[in-house]
Amino acid sequence: MNMNLTLKVWRQKNAQDKGKMVEYKVTNISDHMSFLEMLDVLNEDLVNKNEEPVAFDHDCREGICGMCSLHINGEAHGPDRGVTTCQLHMRMFKDGQTIYIEPWRAKALPVIKDLIVDRSALERIQHAGGYISVNTSGNTQDANAILIRKSDADKAMDAASCIGCGACVATCKNSSAMLFVAAKVSQFSYLPQGQIERKERVMNMVEQMDKEGFGNCTNTGACEVECPKGISLEFIARMNREYFGAKIVSEK
Amino acid sequence: MSKLDSKIPEGPVAQKWTNYKNHINLVNPANKRNIDIIIVGTGLAGGSAAATLAEQGYNVKTFCYQDSPRRAHSIAAQGGINAAKNYMGDGDSTYRLFYDTVKGGDYRSREANVHRLAEVSANIIDQCVAQGVPLARDYGGLLDNRSFGGTLVSRTFYAKGQTGQQLLLGAYSAMNRQIARGKIQMFNRHEMMDVVIVNGKARGIIARNMITGEIERHSAHAVVIASGGYGNVYYLSTNAMGSNGSAAWKAHKKGAFFANPCFTQIHPTCIPRSGDYQSKLTLMSESLRNDGRIWVPKKIEDAKAIQQGKLKPIQIAEEDRDYYLERRYPSFGNLAPRDISSRAAKERCDAGYGVNATGEAVYLDFATAINRYGKEKALILGIQSPTKEKIIELGEKVIEEKYGNLFQMYEKIVDQNPYKTPMMIYPATHYTMGGLWVDYNLMTTVPGLYCIGEANFSDHGANRLGASALMQGLADGYFVLPYTIGDYLAPDIKTGPIPTNSTEFDEAEKAIKEKLTFFINNKGEHSVDYYHKKLGKIMWDKVGMGRTVKSLEEAIVEIQQVRDEFWKNVKVPGQMNELNPELEKATRVADFMELAELFAKDALNRNESCGGHFREDFQTEDGEALRDDVNYAYVAAWEYTGKPSEAILHKEELKFEELEFKTRSYK
Ligand SMILES: Cc1cc2nc3c(=O)[nH]c(=O)nc-3n(C[C@H](O)[C@H](O)[C@H](O)COP(=O)(O)OP(=O)(O)OC[C@H]3O[C@@H](n4cnc5c(N)ncnc54)[C@H](O)[C@@H]3O)c2cc1C
Ligand code: SF4
Ligand code: FES
Repeated sequence: MNMNLTLKVWRQKNAQDKGKMVEYKVTNISDHMSFLEMLDVLNEDLVNKNEEPVAFDHDCREGICGMCSLHINGEAHGPDRGVTTCQLHMRMFKDGQTIYIEPWRAKALPVIKDLIVDRSALERIQHAGGYISVNTSGNTQDANAILIRKSDADKAMDAASCIGCGACVATCKNSSAMLFVAAKVSQFSYLPQGQIERKERVMNMVEQMDKEGFGNCTNTGACEVECPKGISLEFIARMNREYFGAKIVSEK
Repeated sequence: MSKLDSKIPEGPVAQKWTNYKNHINLVNPANKRNIDIIIVGTGLAGGSAAATLAEQGYNVKTFCYQDSPRRAHSIAAQGGINAAKNYMGDGDSTYRLFYDTVKGGDYRSREANVHRLAEVSANIIDQCVAQGVPLARDYGGLLDNRSFGGTLVSRTFYAKGQTGQQLLLGAYSAMNRQIARGKIQMFNRHEMMDVVIVNGKARGIIARNMITGEIERHSAHAVVIASGGYGNVYYLSTNAMGSNGSAAWKAHKKGAFFANPCFTQIHPTCIPRSGDYQSKLTLMSESLRNDGRIWVPKKIEDAKAIQQGKLKPIQIAEEDRDYYLERRYPSFGNLAPRDISSRAAKERCDAGYGVNATGEAVYLDFATAINRYGKEKALILGIQSPTKEKIIELGEKVIEEKYGNLFQMYEKIVDQNPYKTPMMIYPATHYTMGGLWVDYNLMTTVPGLYCIGEANFSDHGANRLGASALMQGLADGYFVLPYTIGDYLAPDIKTGPIPTNSTEFDEAEKAIKEKLTFFINNKGEHSVDYYHKKLGKIMWDKVGMGRTVKSLEEAIVEIQQVRDEFWKNVKVPGQMNELNPELEKATRVADFMELAELFAKDALNRNESCGGHFREDFQTEDGEALRDDVNYAYVAAWEYTGKPSEAILHKEELKFEELEFKTRSYK
């Protein structure tokens, strides 16, 4: 089935520009197309008409790199659940529908151009403690010398599947990055390798998060709903325990 | 005399690496502070190299075109990573991994490099576990393994269907530690535009800040290219949209030889194309072939009915199905290597047995596995004479545990439930074995210019085995380059910082600015994608899975034509000094247009079939590849002379000291 759609797209020349919504029409959109392929069609059309195409972030187009973003009809990564924008398919929309397409909106994630935002604040949180201090020299012990309970390994894996897209921040009314940070902190906290630096890690990462201007978490849970990787709120609770545990110790 | 010196150390294959390490020059830790290294690309190869070199004390600058190293396309690897740990006790060893890799590569790789890779493989797993990479475990808490194509042992480690992601996050976490210490300076959203050569040595790069459009100069004592593969020369592939051959191609134009460009892997299990708007193809991991059975209908009338939508696969009786891999390769069956499986699918589809509207798809069926697992599970649960429905229900659960995320991905894309009806798959461009020629030290033919990961040609010969690219990327970055580069840099400790105000930098910058200005001012008719698609079609139709002298000769002419048209008529909107995705694509496609020609030329030169390179004029009676070890047991390394058509061929003869040439049989 082919569709004709009206798009209302956020256009903003650069970080300084004020930006506005602009209306476009696209026709003959197949329901097998991905959402980004629909935007490709729009862009090809704009180039042919000597207009500037809409800039948006994307790379792997298979839901794993975390590069794509977009608020679609008010929802981060669009109306489908458990998928990124690049995996969203046009069969989720109806012929004649109007689709609003906007960038992530958060103070800590400013717009660079059109639908592209700057997520380097998330990077800096990782630099503050998202690692285990082990040399990469190769002089480590045998991998099987560290036994890890399957349930712990699985939990660590669940937490580690965060793709760093920032949808949780964009969705949160307080622009909190708690889900993202909690995922990283929890991954290491489930593993024996992560125990040594456990306390410093959570303190440093949270401190950096606050410095970057992300908001507080008030447990509304919107992040979990929109997270394309199903990162659970349970990790936020876990991080809070880690954090307060660490704080009590450090205040002694 | 050949200009190629592979610098393979003396001695028996198994001792070369150890001997080599014992005799190289080392740089004193205090002196490392005076040395700068640029790394272009922060995937598994570049990311691991950056972390290790910074940890050793060098000043590292990394570049990538995404907004974070964590997004390099290594992230998309699903299946796993090989290592000769022999944890399963099934007879694996360094030697067996070495042997499998050389054989899998159809005897077109360098023995010494492959052996080194197999030697360091086990250590990669130790390293990653120490970093906190959550590799899959069994109930006893030990690491789990599975098997991949082209081998008879289980040596593949994995993290659900997200192995590449987890390994890359591991490498990035090691980078994070060095970023926090100020030893790595990250330049994200920066594209390398050229390599700068000063007095015959690689001494820096020109990069474009992709946000501001500013052209920047960066100098260093050595430059490492880790920019991934060039599969997007086909337009459609399993690579990321931004994956490109430009960094390697720019290096080639500055003197680095390009090796075996025609060795490209077409992966057998990808989701078929659905229409002209298609922007990329999605891989369904090879691990699925552990449990899925590949088939097409036996009767042509059934195939036709399916193509017209009049018949469903589940309506076809068992005896009317052709499990063609099991039929042709009984000992490896559905786990035959990728090149062989892909060609077999093409052969059936070309003969008219394809199973979707376009006739370009085969089935990957889990019904047998669901049934088998269901019965096993019922037994474990102590369910007496379970119903058929119960068996299926239990079996589907097992399959879901193993491949749930892949099945979900398939369903999202195709809108069919793969638990209930077989998946449809078709081969797609996936990996490039060819790349910049490097010696044993991973240095290109330009002194001080290194190349690691998928971007080099070194370890996989004419065909790469599954789960071996992640292994190679991390081996190069964590364990090989950090030794070999020190040997080169030892004399540079007194050189001091490399100035960026030399004429070499001036000229390189000027040339780039002129090229970008050209694109912006060229008020042509068609978009960049228009030309990229045209190029891709030529490559797929004429330089794809089956190549002939005729198709290759035609391809060369057609590529030249599209390239001419592109330069005359391409349209790039927007400006230079701003974020401009069309401009980024234009510079990449311009390079693909040249690389494609060398690719076809290389394929035409190689009068044999081996691995991913299948020449229809060189096959046995039953359609198997016919290799020519007398005349073609060499690496074809091409030297740029101004035009791809005039590239000069240099041959690195491959000597096999440890292994003997054998016909690669998986029957
Ligand atoms: C879908 C898929 C699944 C796969 N599954 C497996 C698997 O299960 N097991 C396995 O072993 N292998 C697998 N592979 C292959 C493997 O993932 C890759 O070969 C490997 O990860 C490549 O790593 P790399 O570091 O060389 O390059 P990449 O990870 O591609 O990194 C390239 C880097 O270079 C940068 N870059 C590129 N060009 C420029 C430029 N001009 N300027 C600046 N920066 C640049 C990019 O930003 C990026 O950081 C898979 C590949 C794909 C596509
Ligand atoms: S927690 Fe979820 S929404 Fe937030 S960055 Fe990670 S994957 Fe994206
Ligand atoms: S483009 Fe990579 S997750 Fe969407």
